[in-house]
Amino acid sequence: MAVNTELQGSSYPLAQPFEVTREAIAQFARATGANSRSHFDPESAAQFGYSDVVAPPTFAVIPAQRTEALYITRPDAGIDFARVVHGSEQFTYTRPIVAGDVLAATCHVDGIREAGGHAMITTRTELTTADGDEPVATVVSTIVVRGEDA
Amino acid sequence: MSDQPTGVPREEYRPSPSDIAPKLADLQVGRTVVTASIPLSRADLVRYAGASGDYNHIHWNERFAREVGLENVITHGMLTMGSVISRIAEWAVDPGAIVDYRTRFTSPVVVPDAESGAPDTPTTSLEMTASVGAVDTEAGIARLDVEVTSGGTKVLGRTQVKVRLS
Repeated sequence: MAVNTELQGSSYPLAQPFEVTREAIAQFARATGANSRSHFDPESAAQFGYSDVVAPPTFAVIPAQRTEALYITRPDAGIDFARVVHGSEQFTYTRPIVAGDVLAATCHVDGIREAGGHAMITTRTELTTADGDEPVATVVSTIVVRGEDA
Repeated sequence: MSDQPTGVPREEYRPSPSDIAPKLADLQVGRTVVTASIPLSRADLVRYAGASGDYNHIHWNERFAREVGLENVITHGMLTMGSVISRIAEWAVDPGAIVDYRTRFTSPVVVPDAESGAPDTPTTSLEMTASVGAVDTEAGIARLDVEVTSGGTKVLGRTQVKVRLS
């Protein structure tokens, strides 16, 4: 099945806001070798002016990938996940994520480009406070869906 | 620190604002500021799967990885990306000082199971070097350009980190 280019421009809001916990931050920090006490100890984080433990810089990938999945797993998106390769990733932070944050997330399908039998898809997930008033981070991801002959 | 097995978490450290964070005025374009060798084991991939919720089979099941044309199980690109930024965040002292981080995944990092010994024995490693690419004193931002290889092959491309410094 070919990738459905008609979904370019479509958007996918996460149904429930993503709640950031101290446990999730500590677990992610350990898994990525992020050893600053500010990921584990609220007092250490407070010394930097944070209201609670601060998330490592790529932590936003958790809510972002959960939101991207709303698009990628859509049956009519035409994406065979076994053929998906991660092409690139970019995080841009308005402010760091901290424990206690409740984040709304919306994934926008910015581009679907077909070339040489492959499809390259660019998604942009905007993370904001749950009320939508304050931007927190933007995660831009490209995936490549390898063609049948590749 | 870098030669410590990954199965044993490295010791937490306690940075504080009084630590010597790099000063923008001291940074010289072209100067290397971070080098590290980051060992990886199959256990690290399992740990990252659990922490991130990314349970894609190619990151833990060798049979499946081969069936889809890979040489063996490969790391999550995001584990590579996350491990690299951890070393840069240590240099920056405040992990929240990283305001922008981008990369391209140019080659998969294959992580075979350890043939003997403990299952969390590292079987590959990432070699990283970060150097100062640009300094914007007006904006208070330094850009680092990062090279990341594994087994001599470039695995991340056009990797840039923007760090807010005073």
